Parts: sequence; C-alpha cells; structure tokens
Amino acid sequence: MSAFSTIAFKPERCNGCNDCMSACAAVKGSSNRADSRIQIVAADNSFELAMCRQCGDPKCVSVCPSAALSKDAGSGVIAWDESKCVNCLLCTVGCAYGGIVHSAAVGHVVKCDTCSDDPACVKACDQSALSFITSARVYNEVGDLEDLFVPGLAACPGCNSELIMRHTLRRVGAETVLAIPAGCCAGMGSVGYNGTTGTKVPVFHSLLTNTASMLTGVKRQYKRQGREVTAMAMAGDGGASDVGFQSLSGAAERGEEILFICVDNEGYMNTGMQRSSCTPYGAWTTTTPVGEHGQGKSQDAKNMPLMMMMHNCAYVATASTGFMEDLYVKLDRAVEASKHGFAYLHIYSPCTTGWRFPARATTEVARMAVETNFVMLWDYSPASGLALTHPIDRPRPIAEYLKAHGKYRHLTREQVGHIDATITKNVAFIKRLAEAGPL
Amino acid sequence: MTENRVDYLIAGASHAALAALEAIRMHDTAGSITVLTKEANLPYSPTVLPYVVSGRSAPETVALRRVDYFAQNNIDFLTGCALRRIDAKGKRAHFSDGEAIAYGKLLLATGAAPILPPIPGLRDVTFHVLRTLADATALRAALPQTHAAVVLGAGLIGMHAAENLAKTGAGVTIVETQPQVLPGYFDAAAARIIESAFTAKGIRLALGSKVERVAPGAEGCTLTLADGTSIQADLLLVATGVTPVLDYLQDTGVATERGILVDDSMRTNVADIYAAGDVAQARGFYDDKPVVGGILPDAVEQGRVAGMAMAGDPALAAYPGSVPLNTYAFFGQQALSVGSQSEGEVVFHDTDAYKHQYLKIVMKNNRLTGIFGINRPFDPGIMWQLILRRTDLTQVREQFIAEPRQTARQLMSRLWR
Repeated sequence: MSAFSTIAFKPERCNGCNDCMSACAAVKGSSNRADSRIQIVAADNSFELAMCRQCGDPKCVSVCPSAALSKDAGSGVIAWDESKCVNCLLCTVGCAYGGIVHSAAVGHVVKCDTCSDDPACVKACDQSALSFITSARVYNEVGDLEDLFVPGLAACPGCNSELIMRHTLRRVGAETVLAIPAGCCAGMGSVGYNGTTGTKVPVFHSLLTNTASMLTGVKRQYKRQGREVTAMAMAGDGGASDVGFQSLSGAAERGEEILFICVDNEGYMNTGMQRSSCTPYGAWTTTTPVGEHGQGKSQDAKNMPLMMMMHNCAYVATASTGFMEDLYVKLDRAVEASKHGFAYLHIYSPCTTGWRFPARATTEVARMAVETNFVMLWDYSPASGLALTHPIDRPRPIAEYLKAHGKYRHLTREQVGHIDATITKNVAFIKRLAEAGPL
Repeated sequence: MTENRVDYLIAGASHAALAALEAIRMHDTAGSITVLTKEANLPYSPTVLPYVVSGRSAPETVALRRVDYFAQNNIDFLTGCALRRIDAKGKRAHFSDGEAIAYGKLLLATGAAPILPPIPGLRDVTFHVLRTLADATALRAALPQTHAAVVLGAGLIGMHAAENLAKTGAGVTIVETQPQVLPGYFDAAAARIIESAFTAKGIRLALGSKVERVAPGAEGCTLTLADGTSIQADLLLVATGVTPVLDYLQDTGVATERGILVDDSMRTNVADIYAAGDVAQARGFYDDKPVVGGILPDAVEQGRVAGMAMAGDPALAAYPGSVPLNTYAFFGQQALSVGSQSEGEVVFHDTDAYKHQYLKIVMKNNRLTGIFGINRPFDPGIMWQLILRRTDLTQVREQFIAEPRQTARQLMSRLWR
C-alpha cells in the first residue's frame, strides 16, 4: 500500500477570502464559487471546510451501486467515472465531509480531484491555510529500504533521534561506516551495550574531540582499498560545535569525503543538560540556571551551520524533523556531495527531556521553531550559494514557541525582546546571503 | 463430498458481503475466505438494476469488483452456488451443487427476494420482477414490445422502473395501495411533488388502489382494481417490496423474525454465524427495536461491522443502529430522505409545489432526528452523522433551521477536528 499526497487545511490561518473557491471554480469552468469543489464555510469566529478528504477507506466508494467511484491506487484520489455514474446520489450519503455533492450546474455529482496533484486552491491561498502535503513520497520511496537499526533503542520517550537515525541509515544504506562520539546518538543505543551495536552497519564510538579526524582515516583507508563506502558521523551540537570543532573544521577545510550530521538539541542533553555553544540566549540549562544570579544563558548561540558554510564545503544544510520531506531532499544532496567533498547537515532536534515539553509535542515544537523563524531551513552549495528551502514570510509569534517548553518559562519581557531582535537580525542576514547568490 | 475448510465463509456477494470482505482483509491478511453467490456474475448491486433496464448501465460494466480482485486478495469466489443448508453444530455449510465447506465463521449476506402480493390470478400471467441482473436484462429485452406497462408498487424500485419505462415511450401506470408514492421515505406533501413530476410525463398513478385480480389478456394481462376499473398491460412489473429469504436456516436454531436477528456486532444467536445487509434484522436507531432496513448504506455499515467482528478487529465499534435514509433522483430532480418522519417534532416544513421544492426538519430535544428535502440541497452523509451522534443543536437551532446545509457543514468540520 502506498501513501498519498493530500491537501491540508489550517483553519486558524484562513481569513475567509474565498480565493481558493474562485480558483477551483475557474479550473472547473465556472465563475460561480458555488461550483467550487472546496467550500469554505464561515462560522462565528472560524472558517470551516467541506471538501473531499480522499479517504483511505472511502464510504462513497462502498455505497456506490454502479462502481462509478474508485480509489486510484497510484494517486490515492477518488476518481469518478461519468460513464458509470447513474446519478443516484448515494455517494452523498456515504460522505460525512460534504466532499461529494450534486451540482445543478452540470447535472451530476462533483468532487475534488486534486487537479492531478497540482491543486489550484492551494496555489490561490496566500495565507498558507491550504497546503499540499507531498511528504508521502518519503514513505513510498524509503518504505521498502532496509531498516539498519535494531528494533529497540534507549532514547528518551518522544526523542526524534530515532527518526533521524532510522531514516538516515535507510537512505545511506549498508555500505556505511558510522562514527558517533559521546552524546544522545550514542546513548540511544547505536554504539551498543556489552559488545553488541544498535546499528546494522559498522559503528565506532569516537572521542568527542576526534570524530572527524578518525573518520578521515577510515574513509581514506577504504578508498585506498577501492571500496566505495559512505563515511558518516552523527554527533550532537556539543560534539560538533564545542569540543569536536577542531577536528571537524580541519576535515571540512581539507575537503574530506565525509557526511557529517550534527543533531542539534541545543546542549549536552544526555549528560545532564549542560549548555553548549549552540544553546540559545535565555535558555535554562543546568549550567545556566535560573535563580538569584542568573536568568538562563546570557550569550547568543553561535550559528554553527553558517560557520560550516564558510569552510567552503561541498554541501551544507539545515534541516528539521518537523519537515521530513525537506530533510530528505537535503539528505540526498548531502550523500551525493560526500562522494566528492565534505557535506555537513545540521538537524534541529527538539529535546523533550532537556527543553521540558511533553513527549508527544516533539514534532510540533520542531515545526514551531521553523514557523517562528527561530531556526531557518536552507541549503548551500558552492555552485548555487545559499537558498532558503522553506521560507516563512509570515512567522508565527515567537511567544508561541517560547511558551511551548519549560526552558524559557522564566523569561522576562526584555529577554523575549532580545530573542525577537536576534531572530530579526538573523533572518535579515540569511536573506541577504540568499539574495547574494554563489559566494 | 470433498472435505474443505475455510476460516471465513461468506454467503452472498453484494454490498454487505463486500464490505465484510474489506474489513476482514484489513485485519486478517492471511485467513482463508470463500465467497459464494447464487448468481453467475461478478458482484453487483440490486440498486443499479433500473439503470440496466433503461440502458444507462451496461450489464458488463456494473460489477462492483473486477475479476482479479478476488485473486489479489486471496479470496475464493464461487459463482452459481447457493447456500442450501447449515449444520450449525458441525459448522459446515452445504451448497446447491452438493459440495460442503466447514467454516470458522459464517456470514449470511444473502439479501432479499421480491414479495409477490396475494393477488388472484397473478401466477397465471407473465410478469416481471426486478431483483437480479437476469431480471433486469429480461425486462430490458421486453421494452421494445411494450406499449402499456403496469408497475405494481410505488417504492424506489417501482418508481425508478416506471420512469425508465416511460422514457422508452411506453405508457405506464403505477398501482399503489398506499395513498401516496414512496410512503416509507416521504410525507404526503413531498410525495405530491414527486407525483406531479410523474403525471407531467404522462405516467398514470393509481394511488390508494388495490388490484382485485389479474387475468391473461390478448397481449399480456388485464388488471381489475377494487373500484372496478380495468387496466390492460402488455408488461406487468411487480415491485411490491422484498423480504429476506431464510429457507436455508431450517434446523439451525438461528433466531429470526422478518429477517435474521443480530446484535450490535452482527452476531446471530448461534455461535460463529453472523448476518448483515437485507437479510438481517438489526437494531433500529430510534427505538432499539430490530428492523429489516433494506438500505444500501446500512448494508455497507452492517457488513463492515460483521467483518470486523468476525476477524476480531479490536477497533470494532458497535453498530450504531439503523436509520432510514435514501436518495431519490427522478426526472433530473433530487429528493433526499434522512432519518425518521415521526421521531420528534417537525420544526420546519416548507413546501413550494410551484418550484418543486420541499424541506422538512424534525428534531427531538434540539437534536436532529430527520431531514427531508426535494431540490433543496444538503449533505445527507453529514446529516446522518449528526443524527447518529445525537449532536446537540441548542446553540445553533435557528441557524440550522435557516441554513441546514451550511450549519451542518460547520458543525461536522469542527467535530472531525
């Protein structure tokens, strides 16, 4: 069974402009919004939706007596066959979403066909209330690849390191040597216990300081033997930006053919939540406590991915598990780049334990970080320069993001102001880089 | 006699059976399944038959599943094979071809057959019924020679058939004992709008009329009504309803009334025997009394529940109860009937006979119990959900009455989130 693309609706962003309905009607050959296959319904203080959900187990199909409706196995769209339809309207009984209705204008039932995976309504929505979610392709493409991690692991409940580990290993495949220094990626079980490893590829537990240099040697030795192997590191932000930085910077500068993934959870989270140079301003950690003398970290985080970009790497990107499709594109590019140069992937990784939010909220926190512009998703290659891959034109208020976890609970208005100003500055700077083209 | 055994045996192959198949395969991809139908064809819906008669649907295109569906899902599909007898203790089913299969679970989804009214002389004349594909092709073959048709019964099948007969140019008379058409689904005011569309097309309606006797005539038959009128017919279609066929249940101990009595998991009183669709008599939504619904969407729902229960799917939610509902399209117009005419009070009733529009809303304790419309669009699927969920409409009552379609969409859109 495959997964399918889908049209998503965020009612809180809808302003009731009805442009989606005009666009849909126009595509269907009408100037009347009543003929739109998407219907926005104004309620007291919200906007609601009546539209085909392209159900996985569609009742309109089950109740159709003439086999005129069927779910397309390739696209997932519920297709309507005019030659078979008898106009009995029973499908409108089956649908509990108001997604298939009789149209007096054309004299038969009508429904959304997602405009062959290019929905006009989504393109017409300038509020981002409608979006076309295509991340199903990730599942369809990698679902059959071998899972190269053991079934059980030791990460905290809600940790997205599992997502990162399993997806990355599936993608890079069995011909991989993995280096993992002390950190959450090691602690979750990859380097194993009692002589067995969690990964199904060779993994070595490097020191925090020498990950990139050891991997350099491993990769060069395989090259000498004529074996094509992906040399990959998975380090935390501490292991990359603080104590591991010297060897990382050296390997990047030399252009070693390595894929270095930094899983940035903004601190030394597996050893007791100490601050790192990637910990943001104002954040509580056990070494930037909140009390009489301190109010969380008093310095800004350093922008690690930008620093890596200035090493003139073959590829540098930021990514988030809240945007898996984007992450996948970057993973593909990073794997490819690591065949001829140094590739660096910086994955923002919310930490339920250290940031203090409920385990179920990891993905939502990851999304909010991007949607508030707290972090930005971009990638860089020498040929094309820096490009924003998920630009946020109308960011959500930063207060929403800061409220989502406990590590910012103490913030004063001034501190929030500082964070807000830092974001504004960062956004402007990254945008200038994006506009500048290749460096 | 061969010694076969299957995990799931399904008798019947229409909507309830197919919904059960899907539900079983959703949970149990490996269990062996055999489906049998007494028909020679791939599964089809009785509801499509009037359109086969009219030529709108070709008999070859009405199949609800392609021939490779069964192989793909590892299902044995037997055609031309009827259930004859069940050995409930030995858990073995005997078929019309002499074979027998031992089963783990058995679903009875054998549907219903036409009721023949006790009219003197009926069995001495040639008449049609419309329940199987063979009936439909026979009726279609008779159309070119038909000039004066009589349809007994103004239910959905009779009305659909009458419309399609009239479209071929034949003179048509509908005889109905009730004083209105479609008495199960619409009140007299709504029925009058539908009736006017029929009479406008030259179809004669003999409502509140009883056929006293039928006798063979020169080119068909002659019907004599209770008031003494006689009608000549060269084609007679009997569409006075259907009833479950239960003959194979002898000595099984399966409890029946009009249909096979089932609980909210579609289980009969006999272990490992389930029933769903037109053959079953399941709990009514409003009064909990068991009813033979005979409604397509309800058959799908019952089949799904039965399949989940048979496969032991833990996601099974109890059958919510049967709500009468249907859609009826006639001469390019649309009539919708969702819920009960009598359960609660009529909070809105508007008939515009000139515009052929009608809307009636019934509520009980500010909860929707029924909504009926002609050429007044609303989403029947959403209304059905509002009824089943007993959604409290106190806050939006006036708005709902003024704009049922939009208000229901608002409510449902929120309820889904």
